Amino acid sequence: MEPVIQLDDLTVRFGKLEALSQLVGEFNGRAIGLLGPNGAGKTTLIHTLLGFYKPASGSARIFGKDLRREDKAVRSMIGYMPERDAFISGMSAVRFVCLMGELSGLPPRIALERAHEALYYVGLGEARYRPLETYSLGMKQRAKLAQALVHGPKLLFLDEPTNGLDPPARERMIRLIRDIRNAGDVHIILSSHLLRDVEECCEEVLILKAGRIAYYCNLAEERRADKKFLELELHGPSESYVDAARNLGIDCEADGRRRIKMVMPPEHSIRTLYELANEYSVQIRHLDYKRDSLQDIFDKAMRES
Amino acid sequence: MAVYERNYKRYDGALTPLATRFLILPRYIFKDVFTSRWLLIFYVLSFIFPLICAIFIYLTHNLEFMKALPNFEMPDFLRIDAGFFERFLRFQGMWVFALTIFIGPGLVSKDLANNGLSLYLSRPFSRWEYVLGKLSVIAILLSPMTWMSGWFLMLLHSGYEEGNWIADNLGVFFGFFVGAWLWIIALGFLALAASAWVKWRAVAGFAMLAAVLGGSFFGSVLINNLFSTDYGHLLNLIVLIGRLWEGLLGLGGGSTSLPLSSAWVTYVAFLGLCGLMLHRKIRAYEVVG
Repeated sequence: MEPVIQLDDLTVRFGKLEALSQLVGEFNGRAIGLLGPNGAGKTTLIHTLLGFYKPASGSARIFGKDLRREDKAVRSMIGYMPERDAFISGMSAVRFVCLMGELSGLPPRIALERAHEALYYVGLGEARYRPLETYSLGMKQRAKLAQALVHGPKLLFLDEPTNGLDPPARERMIRLIRDIRNAGDVHIILSSHLLRDVEECCEEVLILKAGRIAYYCNLAEERRADKKFLELELHGPSESYVDAARNLGIDCEADGRRRIKMVMPPEHSIRTLYELANEYSVQIRHLDYKRDSLQDIFDKAMRES
Repeated sequence: MAVYERNYKRYDGALTPLATRFLILPRYIFKDVFTSRWLLIFYVLSFIFPLICAIFIYLTHNLEFMKALPNFEMPDFLRIDAGFFERFLRFQGMWVFALTIFIGPGLVSKDLANNGLSLYLSRPFSRWEYVLGKLSVIAILLSPMTWMSGWFLMLLHSGYEEGNWIADNLGVFFGFFVGAWLWIIALGFLALAASAWVKWRAVAGFAMLAAVLGGSFFGSVLINNLFSTDYGHLLNLIVLIGRLWEGLLGLGGGSTSLPLSSAWVTYVAFLGLCGLMLHRKIRAYEVVG
C-alpha cells in the first residue's frame, strides 16, 4: 500500500528563509498529529502538500502521486480546512459548500445533495440557508469542515480546527474529527499547537521544530511499550541523589529543579530510592507511577532536537 | 446517503471534466448579479441601441417612400458599412464599460477579503482557471451587448441587401468580432486586476474609472499638448481601442495619427501588466519573503 505522505528531502524556502529543511519520511497513520511551536513549519508543510508553495528541492508524494507532476490528481484527493477564516461573503452555507463540491468535480445535483448532508453532519443543518458572514466563530469553523468534507476526500488537512472555540464547541469539533477518523474512509492530518487535541484524535505524531522533523512516533505503540516511570519530587540536595541513583543503573531525568523521572531496572525496587534518600538526606515529598504523556514526548523532542 | 443519515462517506462516483470546470464560477456569480434590479434594468437598457439600429436597418430597406424621395441620398454617417459598425462598437463600448464598473470590482475582492482563495486553490482548480472563470463572467455578459448584437445587425442587413453582404464584407464581419473581443478582454483584465488589488468594491470600481479617465487626461491632454505628439493617446484606453477597431474594420486612422503597430504593442503590454498584477495577487496565501 502506498504511504499516505512520502517526503524526500523536501525543502521549502521563502527568500533566504528556509521554512522546511530536508524533510524525509513516510507517514501512514489514519490520523497524524502535526505538532510544533509557532513557526516550526506546520502550516508551511500543509500548504506545500496542497501545492500552494513550490519546494526549492526534494519532492513529496501523497498516496504515491507526485506533488509537482500530478498536482490536480493530488488535490482531488484532499480536503482542506484552513486555520484562518475562509469563506465567500454573500453566500449561504449550502451554496458555499455546494460550490466547493462542484469545484472538486462533483456533478451539480450530487454536490447540492452532499452539501446538505455535510452541513447536517457538522451540525449546521438548521442554519444552512443563513449567509456565512452571520455565523459565529464556531459555526464558521464547522462550515469550513463541511466544505473540506463535501467531496469525500481520501486525505483531510485540518489546520488548527479548534482555534478560538469555547470548550463545548471544541468538544463538538473533536468529537466530529474522531467520528470522521473512525469512519475509516479518510486519513487525517491535524495540525495544532494544542497537545490535548492531538492526543484525543491522532494515532501518530509528527513533531516539527525550526522546519525540521524533531520526532515521529506512533502514540499507540508508545503506550503499548508501557514506558512506565516514577515521578519524584525531592527536597534537599537532589543533584547528588540523582548521581547516586544513576550509579546504581537507574535511568534518571531531571525535569526541573526538584522533579525527577526515573525508570527502575528490575533488580531495584522503590525501597532502594528511600534508602538513597536516607543516605543523602533528601526528602521524597511525592512519588507516583506515570506514563509518557504527549507533553513529555513533545518536551523531549524540543529538548533533544 | 440520505440527508439525515449522519455518517461520513467517501464519494466514488464520476467527476465532471477538468477542462470545463472554470464555467462553474459564472454560473454561481450570475445568480448573484441578477438579484440586483438596477443591474438588470441597466442590462436591458443596453440593448436599446442595437434595437434602434435594427429598426433603422429595417426602415432603410423597407420604406419605399424614402427611396422614392427625389434627390434622396443617405448621409454618410447613416450608411450601413464598416463605419456604421465602428460607431456601433463605440456606443456599445461605453455601455459595456459602465456595466463592467458595476460587476467587475466584486469578482475577486469578495474572495480575497475573506481568504476564500485558499479554498478554491486547494481543489483541482488552478489560479489561471480561477482567472478564466472570472473573465468568463465578463465575457458572457458583454458578448450579447457587443459582437452578438453586431452580428445580428449584419445578418439582418445582409438579408435585405442584394447579393451576400457578409461574404462581400468578411473583413468587417470578422474585424468587428475581434474588435469586440479586444474590448471585452481589456475590460475583463482591468476589472480583475483592480478587484484583486483593492479589497473594497466601491474603491475598486473607482480605480477602474481612474485608470481609464486618468490615462485619457494624462496621455491625450497632458503628454500630447506638452510634447506636441499623438503618442500620448497610447495611455488613453478608449482612443487606443478605437484605433484598433479602425484598423480591424479597414477604416484607416481617422481619429488619430497613432500608428496601428504601436496601438497593438501597447494593447498587448496593457494585458501583460494586468496579467502580472493578477499573477501577484491570485494566490492562496501571500508570502512575505
